[in-house]
Amino acid sequence: MRAIRPKIRSHTREHIVTIDTDSAPRIMFSGENLIMEDLPVGTRVIYPNRPMTPVANPKAAIRYALNHPESCEPLHALLEPGMKVTIAVDDISMPLPIMRTPDVRELVLEIVCEMLADHGVDDVHIIIALGLHRRMHDWEIKRMVGQKVWDEFWPDRLYNHDGCDPDGMVVLGKTPHGELVEMNRRVAESDLTIYVNLNFVPMNGGNKSMAVGLCGYESLKAHHTPKAIVESSSYMDPPKSYLSHSFKRQGDLVEKSLKVFHIETVLNNRAFDGPLSFLTKNEDDFTESDRLKYQAMKWTLDKLPFAARREIFMRTPAAYELIACYAGACDPTHDKTLAKQNEQNCVEVQGAADILLMGIPYISPYNVNSKALNPLLVQVMALGYFYHMYRNTPLLRDGGVLILTHPCSDKFDPVHHPSYIEFFNRILTETTDAYTIETKYQDELAYNPSYVEMYRHGNAYHGAHPCFMWYWGQRGREKTSRVIVVGADNATVPAIMGWETAGSIAEAIAMARGTMGRSAQITMMHHPPYMISDVT
Amino acid sequence: MHRVSPKYKNSAAFYDVDGTLIKINIVHAFAFYAKRHASLAQSAVSTVKTAASIPVFWAADKLSRKWFNEIFYRSYEGEGEDRLVVLAEELFEDVIKPNIYPRAKQLIEDSRRAGVRQVLLSGALDFTMRPLARYLGVDDLIANQLEFVDHYATGKLKKPFVAGATKADIMRTYAKAHDIDLAESWAYTDSFSDYPMLAVVGHPTVCNPDFRLRSLARSYDWPVLDLDEEPGRATSRRPQGLARDPRDSRRPRSIRRT
Repeated sequence: MRAIRPKIRSHTREHIVTIDTDSAPRIMFSGENLIMEDLPVGTRVIYPNRPMTPVANPKAAIRYALNHPESCEPLHALLEPGMKVTIAVDDISMPLPIMRTPDVRELVLEIVCEMLADHGVDDVHIIIALGLHRRMHDWEIKRMVGQKVWDEFWPDRLYNHDGCDPDGMVVLGKTPHGELVEMNRRVAESDLTIYVNLNFVPMNGGNKSMAVGLCGYESLKAHHTPKAIVESSSYMDPPKSYLSHSFKRQGDLVEKSLKVFHIETVLNNRAFDGPLSFLTKNEDDFTESDRLKYQAMKWTLDKLPFAARREIFMRTPAAYELIACYAGACDPTHDKTLAKQNEQNCVEVQGAADILLMGIPYISPYNVNSKALNPLLVQVMALGYFYHMYRNTPLLRDGGVLILTHPCSDKFDPVHHPSYIEFFNRILTETTDAYTIETKYQDELAYNPSYVEMYRHGNAYHGAHPCFMWYWGQRGREKTSRVIVVGADNATVPAIMGWETAGSIAEAIAMARGTMGRSAQITMMHHPPYMISDVT
Repeated sequence: MHRVSPKYKNSAAFYDVDGTLIKINIVHAFAFYAKRHASLAQSAVSTVKTAASIPVFWAADKLSRKWFNEIFYRSYEGEGEDRLVVLAEELFEDVIKPNIYPRAKQLIEDSRRAGVRQVLLSGALDFTMRPLARYLGVDDLIANQLEFVDHYATGKLKKPFVAGATKADIMRTYAKAHDIDLAESWAYTDSFSDYPMLAVVGHPTVCNPDFRLRSLARSYDWPVLDLDEEPGRATSRRPQGLARDPRDSRRPRSIRRT
């Protein structure tokens, strides 16, 4: 294996490196493995910002937010003895990878529950606001909320939301645009709802928390459509996101109907530390120790079977730290959250790329503790989330070529993703047209009794979830001219998704240059951790 | 809740019963009848005979479901029809109802809400299944029928036997009669011996499967349901990635301040 050469040049801008003849090769994720590639001279490599300094005392920061909320009375002033309170909390789809304990949600819940107890509020339920995500396993909930909350509330007063429970859901009304707004019955009947959000990407939090986290399928399908995705440029840029506008309309109706106190937490981007900290570094700055760590890790990963490789990564939680906590009314709180998050995650980039290169890691919001990143989730990471990680104008110009690295194995988790299997093998082989899928197949999967049962009582994503995942990549699909996958272990999976394959990055770039020309601008996004390109 | 119109108009869900919706099987039902004879002595003899026959039943079932049916239902020879029917209600209340899988009723209700016609397709005897069918609120019950002469059981079943490949034939006939599209229908079973009923529908689903059926389901990527889990409780698949910070070794304490 080649060693990474030491840095011999300095850089004018920390988060953007332009590859030169003496530059080190770059490390990319390819599922549960890493690859190291020399990139062509002139390639731009975009790195995330350094992790921001965490708050010195997270519990103090949370208490301060509760006592100094945005456009709202402090939480303690909203409490009365005997009132009915529901705490809704985000599920483990964020952050990625899962964070070390104590999870920031545990800290918030402990403080809020103590405050409720101190004010004589006994009728308290905690609901995992998972929308149509899979129900969290009991051990996942315990890890997330912590032992104290678990002991106090599980299982009668701490449980997963069920968006398909006919008796557990109510309709709050319709927005002026005709979007149905369903709500968890317990929440709708509470005197106060406290929403505990862990904000990791700009599309989450704010109005989405209540409107999506506690809704049912009929509400969700108002905005989880190919049209909404195509008209969002991007969905990581809320003012320009059709999705966010729809969340806002639904959220406004929720806020008008119910009394909600929002708590939002922001984390820095310290995804890896300790022995894995080299993964977040500029390869030109590697020390001898970093090189040895990489080579040892690569050697180990190459020797291990898939399941063991996956286990290594899944058992390595991230070292995220709290950088801010805000609370109060929905919009003012979320505005502050977004500002802080952009401060951490936005990197300035000048000019769009003709060819965009990205490594797809082992994890996505929808396969935490699952057995694989299945092909649909590879698609949603590439054409969905990573494509949309921009503000202003797209990082990959319209008609550009996307190159991604992933094995694209035909592997699914039958417990977490049963309907994905049918979607991929039956529906996607009949049509890849998202609009046809929406009208012809979405309801069929949504109301399939087996999938309903597995969502409600097992640990499966909702039957229609794979449709949403396909829509999630719709803009990326429409705006790219070619998608080339490097390192695929089979040709079938990429072909079903309409992708081409290449044996190496060099071959993929040569193919892409065939479309974009010899002078095409090549950009690589160096993640995780993720970053949002502020393209000017 | 926003009530949506049923999504399926020409679909049916066919459920095997023993092991799929309930935890017990036809031998339990027979043992129940055996224990409830008029005289204590006869009850004791019948119970011992039933217990002694279990290895034979087991072996016959492993070899052929048809042989098993022929051997097993011979045990009913001479039983009075009225006695069997009257005791069926008690059988349901005392034996079957406590052994319905916790999530079975909900599965049927969700399926019915989607507009799917509900059909029990069981190798058990029809009179033992009727109270269950009523309780679950299914549309139709198809089960084996004992042959009676002068209201006494002959120990033979009326044909066709509801088992194995015949179940698939029965489903086809039922679908034709009720304008059901089998490609848009479901079949639920726990046993590999019911593979034919899974093979004729568009949405085969296995419930609480035996080893062979679980392997088959994994190969074909069929959904696998575990109806034995209490509703509202999470399943306990082996934790992955449950990394706990070793520094976090605080002892838990109650939330409530005292």
